[in-house]
Amino acid sequence: MRNVAVIGVGQSKFARRPDASIREIAFEAFKEAVEDAQITREEIQASLVCSATHYDKQRTPAGIIAEYLGLNPQPTFNVEAVCASSGVGVRIGWSFINSGLHDIVAVVGFQKMTELSSAEVQEVMGRSGDVMWESPFGTTMPAYFALYAQSHMQKHGTTQEQMAKVAVKNHFYATKNPKAMFQEEITIEDVLKSRIIASPLKRYDCCANSDGAACLILASEDVAAKIADKPVWVAGLGLASSPMTLTGRDTSYDSFDCTVEAAKQAYRMAGVGPDDVDLAEVHDCFTITEILNYEDLGFCERGQGGKLVEEEQTYLGGKIPVNIDGGLLAKGHPVGATGASQIRTLVKQLRGEAGATQVEEAKVGLAHNLGGIGMYCAVTILKT
Amino acid sequence: MGFARFGKISYVSETKLQDFEKSLEAGKIMGTKCKKCGRLYFPPRVDCGCMKGEIEWVELGGDCRLKTFTTLHFAPASFRYEAPYTLGVAQFEEGPTVLAPLSKEIREDEIKIGMSLRLVPVELMGGRMIYELRLPESR
Repeated sequence: MRNVAVIGVGQSKFARRPDASIREIAFEAFKEAVEDAQITREEIQASLVCSATHYDKQRTPAGIIAEYLGLNPQPTFNVEAVCASSGVGVRIGWSFINSGLHDIVAVVGFQKMTELSSAEVQEVMGRSGDVMWESPFGTTMPAYFALYAQSHMQKHGTTQEQMAKVAVKNHFYATKNPKAMFQEEITIEDVLKSRIIASPLKRYDCCANSDGAACLILASEDVAAKIADKPVWVAGLGLASSPMTLTGRDTSYDSFDCTVEAAKQAYRMAGVGPDDVDLAEVHDCFTITEILNYEDLGFCERGQGGKLVEEEQTYLGGKIPVNIDGGLLAKGHPVGATGASQIRTLVKQLRGEAGATQVEEAKVGLAHNLGGIGMYCAVTILKT
Repeated sequence: MGFARFGKISYVSETKLQDFEKSLEAGKIMGTKCKKCGRLYFPPRVDCGCMKGEIEWVELGGDCRLKTFTTLHFAPASFRYEAPYTLGVAQFEEGPTVLAPLSKEIREDEIKIGMSLRLVPVELMGGRMIYELRLPESR
């Protein structure tokens, strides 16, 4: 079995980007990652272009992006798992290298969610659930997660203030990340007073549509040993699915089974447990999701997620710092870029290059990337 | 025809489940059941997960309990003029679950997880067929 390392990472600014097209945004992240890896692009043997393609004007965007990045005639194709696209891309890249097919692979995640008009986005959003049995009643992404929030509050006493605290934390850390979309701190009151989107979720409980790209260069052990000063190893991978429909799932609606399963796989492969994780990047598309993730990943007992953030145990210096780059809520969530951006943050941390938010002696990092309405989940564990 | 009138708007019209819409018009909530393994499905499906089955239509009583809910203030384009509206997931006495709108007759402050509800077929203006969750005493 060949070990796989991340030898280069890059990310564009996450923001509304009327100044750039998808190929140009992808180039920003790619250039940074190639320079970081100290390789030439000719050395890249395959590229995985990850996005939720229903947001793209360009059909099959791997074509134009690989061309613009100069990655022909090497293999390229799209990887789509909605919000988990680039988390899944890492798994495919790992398999390419581990199998011996390729030695160096680029994973390019991107999204330009503002490329569609807001009417088009609304239309796409209306089809986020099962189009036979759920979308015909007007479901939305926030509504699906709101259904989990309501249930979690009822079962475990989780409060709107605890959910708000997740947004406050992530906005606080975004101010320390120049690549984050939002650069201002907010208060619990700001969250509670923001307008209701789908009760109990309010505007600040939801991540904003964003444009951006992130890129990872993966390499085999031999290559990494030769060229990387500080390789970070892909130690554990987990990928799992849950039924898409809420009616097909367990009726407790307080946990995402695919997270539990993917985490189990990744912990086993990496030979670590939740207590060994020094910091985590988790999929906080909504504040409630971060709280469920704490529990599903084993950072606290079931039902204790709200308390964990209330006591600031997921801040820097707490039991387990989570999303200290701003998370999806405040760094922004350009859907296809998110999984790669999470891993970029962990790689910077594990190399000791995270500046103001550096976790001391960080050796093990965990990235949790959820797709759609909690139906795909990729967990990646990195080690120094 | 077929399934095209099911839902407030419809995305899928072609399915093997065309009888579902006709039953709704007749005031019935129908699920399907596997004659081999006995599994009951709602929403109905024509293929049983046991892969050996033969499916038959069965009527559900409609009595259910609310598992969770949300009131949407921000809706997809086609639902813009409906918002705010409440969607819930309810579990039938027979076991399966349904995602459905809650009747606007139920006040938001009355809605509680665990409350008894009844799933009722409703014909909308323009002949569209839906079902919605109502208070049990309501018909």
